[in-house]
Amino acid sequence: MNQIPYAVVKLARDSQRPTGLDYIQNIFADFIELHGDRRYADDPAIVGGLARLQDRYVTVIAMEKGHTAKQRSCRNFGAPHPEGYRKALRLMKQAEKFGRPVICFVDTSGASCGIGAEERGQGQAIAENLMELSTLCVPVISILIGEGGSGGALALAVADRVWMLSNAVYSVISPEGCASILWKDSKKAEEAAACLKLTAGDALRLGIIERILPETELGEKPFYDRIRRALAEELEALEKDPDLVPKRYDRFRRIGQVKERT
Amino acid sequence: MAFIQFLKPKNALEEGGRTAAPIQQDAGEPEKTCPNCHKPIPLSRLWSSYLVCPCGYHFRMNARQRITMIADKGSFLELFAGIVSDNPLQFPGYTEKLETVQNISGEAEAVVCGTAEIGGRKCCLFVMDPGFMMGSMGSAVGEKITALFEYAMQKRLPVVGFTVSGGARMQEGLLSLMQMAKTSAAVKRHSDAGLLYIAVFTDPATGGVTASFAMEADILLAEPGATIGFAGARVIEQTTKKALPKEFQKAEFVLQHGFVDTLAPRSTQKQLLTRLLNAH
Repeated sequence: MNQIPYAVVKLARDSQRPTGLDYIQNIFADFIELHGDRRYADDPAIVGGLARLQDRYVTVIAMEKGHTAKQRSCRNFGAPHPEGYRKALRLMKQAEKFGRPVICFVDTSGASCGIGAEERGQGQAIAENLMELSTLCVPVISILIGEGGSGGALALAVADRVWMLSNAVYSVISPEGCASILWKDSKKAEEAAACLKLTAGDALRLGIIERILPETELGEKPFYDRIRRALAEELEALEKDPDLVPKRYDRFRRIGQVKERT
Repeated sequence: MAFIQFLKPKNALEEGGRTAAPIQQDAGEPEKTCPNCHKPIPLSRLWSSYLVCPCGYHFRMNARQRITMIADKGSFLELFAGIVSDNPLQFPGYTEKLETVQNISGEAEAVVCGTAEIGGRKCCLFVMDPGFMMGSMGSAVGEKITALFEYAMQKRLPVVGFTVSGGARMQEGLLSLMQMAKTSAAVKRHSDAGLLYIAVFTDPATGGVTASFAMEADILLAEPGATIGFAGARVIEQTTKKALPKEFQKAEFVLQHGFVDTLAPRSTQKQLLTRLLNAH
């Protein structure tokens, strides 16, 4: 049994899986990419802009890993720098100003880990997104399409609806990192993957996500058509909801399991 | 991404610096060797100086010691003390680990919350404890912090918080991760109500706590020498294969890069907090 979650981790990391840009190009029309955080730089690990979903305009933001070695290196393997999170926040605020819903595609092994990222406030950038997203006055839907690596993924997933592809994973730490810290042995990643409860099924049972999207015909037209329809239907319902922000608060407020000790 | 947790022996002073030497008994009075200047300091002297070495090195301090140092005498009233961790994922060894840590630290969880007066000003106070799984955040820490900000909002009180954390508690998996979003939303509500939140970074502040409620304060203070960052230095070194600058992620470095407001040595903290509270 312990093998299975780690097999899903491997699938979620497969470089041939559709990436953020594949979803943008196949689900939306008229995508116009908007670059830069207006503070320091443009982060290629996060792609964002305006797009049309059937008859409405939306702001779409996606983490992009790339497929080829060259693309992956240019995209920093989908590990965003603080500038990526700040660009995402800028576009979300812009969406709020113009009353557009926000759709996020999450796929990262984690926020970029390096000297520059720390110097420019990786922790602060993620924290600010968590805070600001919690009160964004437009509908937000986040879909985890591959790896949902810790705080770096959550920074684009404080949403009204969070969905996961059936072979995506979502975790507080990589199985390798967990095994190396707990058991001083990164080779015990398979065991750690089972303990961490990181599959879509686990996340649904724990009340972390609302829906699992099946991967039938992954990357083909019917697959994207299904997601487009699901997004349009969900936005329809969310746009009518006058209590969007309080409900988003409650959505996260109830997560956690504690005991009362007298 | 630093989710480092480890146990430390019971003596509060043993929670000091990572390379702290054991207490020496040979000189008659117990001493502790400073990991910074390598000189022995009599324990009595260390106690009277808020666990700060004459060289300026700040030893780690547990939650109750801090509360005694910061809150006006007898003013602290604990809240949410009954909220403790469960083992929701049935993570192997976690229940036993919690029991051991509870016994050793004497705390029920990694954060102590309540109301207090600081320089006569009433506020909500939270203090994290490095001796409890290195202040890691699971459901119970997230719940207590969230409940405190909600309480503070209801009572229209400022929040003062001392953070020390290795990050999210991996034994609670996604439930820990979600506490980052939950606490951030509570901080935002408190902030939108026009209320003040002051955070004091103490060593270390990393991972999911830095990337959520710790960094979201209106005013950010840092103890000199405290490590403040998102990813752990060791992980960064392994990933980038580069040697890190000596002062990397130290409070002074973080101040230079613009991510904290000022350094607050322990001896000046109460006075500074009082002045800040009085200004609001």
